Amino acid sequence: MMRNHWLKKLRVILSLFFFVVISALFLDFTEKAVKSVLHAVVHFQFIPSILQFIATLAPLAMGFVIIILLTLLFGRVYCSTLCPLGTLQDIFHFMNRKLAPRRKGFKFKKPMNWLRYGITGLVILSLLTGSILMLNILDPFSAFGKISHNMFRPLFILGNNIAAKTLNSHGHYFLLPEQWISVNKAALALALAWTLLLVILAVTRGRLYCNTVCPVGTVLGILSRASLYRISLDQSVCNSCGKCSAVCKAECIDPKKQELDFSRCVGCMNCLSPCPDGGVHFVFAWNMKKTGMESPDFSKRKFLKETGLALTGSVIAGPVALAQNNGKKEVIKASVPVIREHPVTPPGSLGQARFNSLCTACHLCVSACPTHVLQPSYFSYGLNGFLQPRMDYITSFCNFECTLCGDVCPTGAILPLKRVDKQLIQLGKAHFVKENCIVYTDHTDCGACSEHCPTKAVDMVPYLGRLRIPEVTENICIGCGACEYACPTDPKSIYVEGNPVHLQADKPEEEALEGEIDYQEDFPF
Amino acid sequence: MKRRDFISKGLGAAALAGAALSIPFNNKLFGNPFSPLPPFPSSPLLPYDLVAIKGGEPEEMFDMAIKALGGMTNFVQKGQTVVVKPNIGWDVTPERAANTNPKLVKRVVEHCMQAGAKQVYVFDNTCDKWDRCYANSGIEKAVKDAGGTMVPGHAESYYQTVDIPQGKKLKKAKVHELVLQSDVFINIPVLKHHSGAKLTIAMKNLMGVVWDRMYWHRNDLQQCIADYATFEKKPTLNIIDAYRVMMKNGPRGVSEADVSLMKSQIVSADMVAADAAAAKIFGQEPEDIGHIALADEMGVGVMSLDKLNIHRVIL
Repeated sequence: MMRNHWLKKLRVILSLFFFVVISALFLDFTEKAVKSVLHAVVHFQFIPSILQFIATLAPLAMGFVIIILLTLLFGRVYCSTLCPLGTLQDIFHFMNRKLAPRRKGFKFKKPMNWLRYGITGLVILSLLTGSILMLNILDPFSAFGKISHNMFRPLFILGNNIAAKTLNSHGHYFLLPEQWISVNKAALALALAWTLLLVILAVTRGRLYCNTVCPVGTVLGILSRASLYRISLDQSVCNSCGKCSAVCKAECIDPKKQELDFSRCVGCMNCLSPCPDGGVHFVFAWNMKKTGMESPDFSKRKFLKETGLALTGSVIAGPVALAQNNGKKEVIKASVPVIREHPVTPPGSLGQARFNSLCTACHLCVSACPTHVLQPSYFSYGLNGFLQPRMDYITSFCNFECTLCGDVCPTGAILPLKRVDKQLIQLGKAHFVKENCIVYTDHTDCGACSEHCPTKAVDMVPYLGRLRIPEVTENICIGCGACEYACPTDPKSIYVEGNPVHLQADKPEEEALEGEIDYQEDFPF
Repeated sequence: MKRRDFISKGLGAAALAGAALSIPFNNKLFGNPFSPLPPFPSSPLLPYDLVAIKGGEPEEMFDMAIKALGGMTNFVQKGQTVVVKPNIGWDVTPERAANTNPKLVKRVVEHCMQAGAKQVYVFDNTCDKWDRCYANSGIEKAVKDAGGTMVPGHAESYYQTVDIPQGKKLKKAKVHELVLQSDVFINIPVLKHHSGAKLTIAMKNLMGVVWDRMYWHRNDLQQCIADYATFEKKPTLNIIDAYRVMMKNGPRGVSEADVSLMKSQIVSADMVAADAAAAKIFGQEPEDIGHIALADEMGVGVMSLDKLNIHRVIL
């Protein structure tokens, strides 16, 4: 048995590093991971990075350029290191090999070009028509996010809570239970279906998903036709034994023809060590002809055409999608009906249309949100906004001091905000429905809404006798939903109506208290 | 381990296990296993009903107040478990005075430890996200530094249903298990304006040891606050932090402009008396605060301060 090539070892180490870090971002509920520098890794995810660049034009949002350069240099190393969905498939494949070790090796298969270019074409087409839905489902980072957040995270929290309960009951408090939030069923169903698909494909056909379904795999595959360094078979020593092909998860090495389809190679480096004659190399492409190796074809017109199409498609799609808005009304069950005309989008999203056009529903913000106010929607935004997060004021409310969703968003759908700016962005306005209010119906004190209001936009004003009743000052309301969450009535007596485009709130006035305190004065009793 | 220790601990564990096993059955069929509870050991006759002190720092005022009441050993015996309930409701800094002053909490925990407490637990069922409140209030660090243990109150599993037989609107409540299990319960509220209850002091602070606060708001808030004050696991001691006092925009406050530096403190075993004195300091009449008047009526404590033996200290 030959020792593994150092490039394969490097690939395994890198892929596990990124997989662990990205998984930690989705699983951790203590704010530690998302607050650390580690969350920077999400800026090196291909699709989110492109979207972020469109959204911000910021030089720091150019992770995708680095990925393109890496691909032009070394082929699709992204697929085998940075992409968490790719590593997840490798893990499924690895586990299956350990459980059923007698499985035969891989065999060369022809590419399913009609599928891979068809799916990617559809994604680009749908982006051109202003819908991000296909990208929402097919972007590998967002697919991994949906699986992590909606499937792995609940399991992780369940395990944590069982352990915490046992420990706490014995007086140990170093592990604490986490609030259980019911999982979005549509997101869970999608995550389960996708996991099933990935397991089946990974176990039977290695990285077939990456070479047929994944649009990033397809686009990087086109780019990798021009890669400078590439895997190559040395035809002068190759005897078509097929040992390299048997470990090729991409099924792209044809031992009979002594050829390798580099557009499908995910750069796993598995094939480097098995060759008994040392005939598989990762080499500089210009040297290939000299050494009699299979030479790459740089001249394919398809390359330029498809690359151009894929990139312009993404660039055009953003602004086009801005014009689209398929918002649906959200109805809260009501005796005095409370109808929300517009769902509330997170601070930093600037408004619904912009948010809907840029969010791929990776659910990283939902994982990071410490209060759990950000929840995946069903169809609040319409079909095109399927599973995109919304502010769910029945579940929780937005912490006044927190800016985490904008800090972690990899696509720029939620822009990072400074705390002072976030505290003045009006997501919506509180609407008071007097007919539902306890003070009006029962003539008893309540004030839960006003209690929780961070700006006192909801204040209690004199009503009957000693009673006080809520009153909203709209210009200082930021729409955080604290009032709606705290309101004890059903239907709610106060709710936040979303601003389709976020507005600037006024800063609450600070009135100094009157009177001096004489610390030597007697007690008033 | 000595044999006697072993036997007593073993019996204790067996009793706990028995109680735990019996919960599901008892709740439905036989009422609650935690009710009636053994009341807290009644305090020895205290030299004063109430100590009011002002003009100093939180720590020195508490040192003097507790000394006037005979020292913490009058309330905490060696080997007892203590649960301390400050107000940690909000994710704001100490300067905003929405939470109990961390310096005071620290000193109280220190006194409990010095008195020989086996464990001092501190928690609140917060309004803002609990871990942010614990950290940003400064209380988490203060408690750890003093040798106490911060415990969580954010999961329903920590709360057990109890009966409140004297309650008019609030007949049952889910109460944090540590309040029910601990030997000593010390209540350290901060005096604040409150948009719903008008003021929040000692009795209102106990809303943070129960799970379902919405029920209170829905069913006559003032009555529910008074009702819960009749529950038999009453605070052994109430220490009211009026060092920084939020005079308006309570209970969360909007800015430091809401806060007045009053440098005062009230200490009493009687919640109603403590609330009445604090209301007076705030500039309100106790009878105008719904739950104070109701609790007085229901016999929880004494609202009329002229009937009490008060020790007043001006530093």
